[in-house]
Amino acid sequence: MKQPAEQTAVTEEKVQSPALKNMKDLVKKFKRNKPAVVGFYFIVILLLIAIIVTVLDRMFGVIVTPHHPNDINLIDRFTGPTAEYWFGTDHMGRDIFARIIYGMIYTLGIGFASVIMGALVGVPLGIVAGYYGGRIDNIIMRIVDVLLAFPGILLALAIVSILGGSLVNVTIAVAIYSIPGFARIVRGSTLATKKLEYIDAIRALGASDFRIIFRHILPNVLSPIIVNATLYIATAILTAAGLSFLGMGAQPPLPEWGAMLNDGRSFLRDAGHIALFPGLAILTVVLAFNIFGDGLRDALDPKLKN
Amino acid sequence: MTTYIIRRIFQLIPVLFGVTLFVFLLMHLTPGKPAQIMAGESAPTHVVERMEQRLGLDQPYHIQYVRFVSNIAQLDFGVSMRSNLPIIDEIRPKFWVTLELAIYSTILSIFIGIIAGIVSAVRRHSKSDIIIMLVALFGLSMPNFWLGLMLMQWFAINWGWFPPTGWGTPGQVVLPVITLGTAGAAVIARMTRSSMLEVISQDYIRTARAKGVKERVIIYRHALKNALIPVVTVIGLQFGALLSGTVLTETVFAINGMGRYVIDSIIARDFPAVQATIIIISVLFVFVNLIVDISYRYLNKRIDLD
Amino acid sequence: MSKENSILKINNLQTSFFLEGDNEVKAVDGVTFDVPKGKTLGIVGESGSGKSITAMSILKLIGHPGKIKGGEILFNDQNLVESSEKEMRKIRGNRISMIFQEPMTSLNPVYTVGQQISESYSIHQGLSKKESKKKVIEMLKLVGIPSPEKRINQYPFELSGGMRQRVMIAMALACRPELLIADEPTTALDVTIQAQILELIRELQDELGMSVIFITHDLGVVAETCDYVAVMYCGKVVEYADVKTLFKNPRHPYTVGLLNSLPRSDMDQEELIPIKGTVPSPDDMPEGCRFAPRCPFATDLCREKLPNLDDIGDAEQIRCWIYTDEWDGDPEVKVYEPQK
Repeated sequence: MKQPAEQTAVTEEKVQSPALKNMKDLVKKFKRNKPAVVGFYFIVILLLIAIIVTVLDRMFGVIVTPHHPNDINLIDRFTGPTAEYWFGTDHMGRDIFARIIYGMIYTLGIGFASVIMGALVGVPLGIVAGYYGGRIDNIIMRIVDVLLAFPGILLALAIVSILGGSLVNVTIAVAIYSIPGFARIVRGSTLATKKLEYIDAIRALGASDFRIIFRHILPNVLSPIIVNATLYIATAILTAAGLSFLGMGAQPPLPEWGAMLNDGRSFLRDAGHIALFPGLAILTVVLAFNIFGDGLRDALDPKLKN
Repeated sequence: MTTYIIRRIFQLIPVLFGVTLFVFLLMHLTPGKPAQIMAGESAPTHVVERMEQRLGLDQPYHIQYVRFVSNIAQLDFGVSMRSNLPIIDEIRPKFWVTLELAIYSTILSIFIGIIAGIVSAVRRHSKSDIIIMLVALFGLSMPNFWLGLMLMQWFAINWGWFPPTGWGTPGQVVLPVITLGTAGAAVIARMTRSSMLEVISQDYIRTARAKGVKERVIIYRHALKNALIPVVTVIGLQFGALLSGTVLTETVFAINGMGRYVIDSIIARDFPAVQATIIIISVLFVFVNLIVDISYRYLNKRIDLD
Repeated sequence: MSKENSILKINNLQTSFFLEGDNEVKAVDGVTFDVPKGKTLGIVGESGSGKSITAMSILKLIGHPGKIKGGEILFNDQNLVESSEKEMRKIRGNRISMIFQEPMTSLNPVYTVGQQISESYSIHQGLSKKESKKKVIEMLKLVGIPSPEKRINQYPFELSGGMRQRVMIAMALACRPELLIADEPTTALDVTIQAQILELIRELQDELGMSVIFITHDLGVVAETCDYVAVMYCGKVVEYADVKTLFKNPRHPYTVGLLNSLPRSDMDQEELIPIKGTVPSPDDMPEGCRFAPRCPFATDLCREKLPNLDDIGDAEQIRCWIYTDEWDGDPEVKVYEPQK
């Protein structure tokens, strides 16, 4: 059935990129991992709830929880979990359940926004470093080394100390913190992809660097980017919560979970539930991202799964 | 090997340059005159000017930077804006507290992480494997400051087994070290397990089996030594995470270490103190990583020379 | 086949791998052969024919998800299939040893050559490090490693591939085993080194009087080193004969195919003829003779019914319908015509 004409006329399109197949493969393998699929749907549901309740509140002024998250009710303060207040109330009598529901958008928002911002800077850096190599690679990687020299939350702290504490600044700080991870991983994958024979074939066909990068390298490094991003969201959420807990992030009365933990700190003796539930909420969300990300990573690199 | 060590030390130069430059710029990137911020918003102009003179802030940037670095090299971090005492004297006792906390937590996480990882790998797919990996996943997903709060609430406040705050007595050490070490133990356990499983599938393990070596000896003599090599890298990274994690842990347990000092300094806008802490922690981290890299290289040299 | 003189006798060995979803792959499916004492048996087959799995089954080194399902492995009348793990450990590396295909990765990178060889002595003979040191040096000398006193302190990465394979051989032969299983020991090596290693194994066999199972896909190596040959295809032995008979008068169409695709110095060949088609995948095994889809002589009988491994002549066995009474094809069929 083969047509000889087609065989002789080799065009760039005929040189198949393995990327598409890889992505399909990834999805197929991922679907076999039941906990990871559950984690994925759990995240989707949380995201939907967070967006819907926020939209209803901001655009229509409708509050879906029995109490408004910011309603102060001093008579009912320090109430433990009851039928009326599922997760109890805090030191100002605010409904912790409502605050957790309405705080979800901040946690998820910071997580997604910071990782997307980090990827937007880190991925191009990694590709350029890996693809061009040489001096450019050297300079980029040294910058990355500098960013990596600030361990963990410290870089974010330093940045917040310049910009001042706020939700937006925390997001920026966490985004910068995730740049080196993206740059390193993408550089590695780019180097590996560059070595593939089909890239040589495409170059031999006269494709420009720009075209090779966008049409051929990028799709190939997409899987590790997605895996990395998912696991980074988990870290980003923890870091952001930590900053808010330190008072460097979301400012009162925003129902951000880390800030709520900070509120609960002073009442551990008599009203432990104030600190309990926001922490459980962070744990649950981060757990979901980690399970989801682990599943993606195992699907991407079965060697790591045992 | 020696050339490698020398090369690695030379590679530190741009990193240290970048770190100091970044920290130096921290002060100048802040909106407003640093001296004005430090002196207070209502401080009259002549006070601000005198402060600028005293801190050398009236000099050109490059001169300021050179002086900044040469002072640091002599461990002169200037004077705290709050106490007017030399920062190095303020930090010195706090440095040892933080280092102690980080080292104890590292030891705990290595100890628990490696043992749990081995058990998990050896009894792959057994109940103990599943439980250990679940606990590790939770440990990884938990905000450590929340874990600290919960430990404090139950073990210190409710049951009174340990003092809730402070540092120094053996009792005071327990809760903060568990708080800080948990995530590291989780990461190391996961890494040990996967590394162990990879090693167990290697050809030389088959050789050992074909020689008639007992399974237990295979695990502890033939596999473990190889499996721990990649774990060394993770331990280095974990030490960094722990160093920065001290910020949160020290805040939770009111420990008078560098972590709390940096937070207090940020809140008080005591820039020289912030700069000093960030530099000390980062440089410490950079050197720990250097040691880890060199030992990794040393351990690994027998493996990949091909 | 002279049964009294066999050191190893395998009967109807079955080893399967159980994959996800009750998916059974029969890697070794009823393998039967003998290893005469002091002789070398070659097991030949393409990759995936089950020859390595057979070797691993002999030492019972099949790990999860593989399992020996049935059959017998008689080693000096001891059935290894029934033997306990403890009994197996006494045999492994002591009475039956194995060397592997990949010398580069088969040595533990974090232990010295000396440590790895002396381990055999400490396990099987209870010797201390000091006691075994002399033996290790002796062994290294025996396998032709120059200045063994220095070598024992070296790590595998400091040795070339050929040297590593010599170390592997020294390790395998340390306890003077009765049977050596060599699983493609030369495949990963340069051609010149290959010849040296083969020569070494042959010499050591004479010197130590051991039997050898030589696993290879290379009939050329078989001709040089083996006394008997078992040809395997898709987990089954299709032909067993002494090496002279096999090369002079191959009977199974698959054996013939292998010979025709091999360059031979003992006759003029007009061309090399590759075997048509490919090895069937384990989840798509033909119902009848495994080789029928690729066999130029296949009939309906071949495609429908699996032939048995029948004795033919003194020490030969063949699994092919052509040599049975039931053969429904051309009675005059000539499977092998030596090219002149």
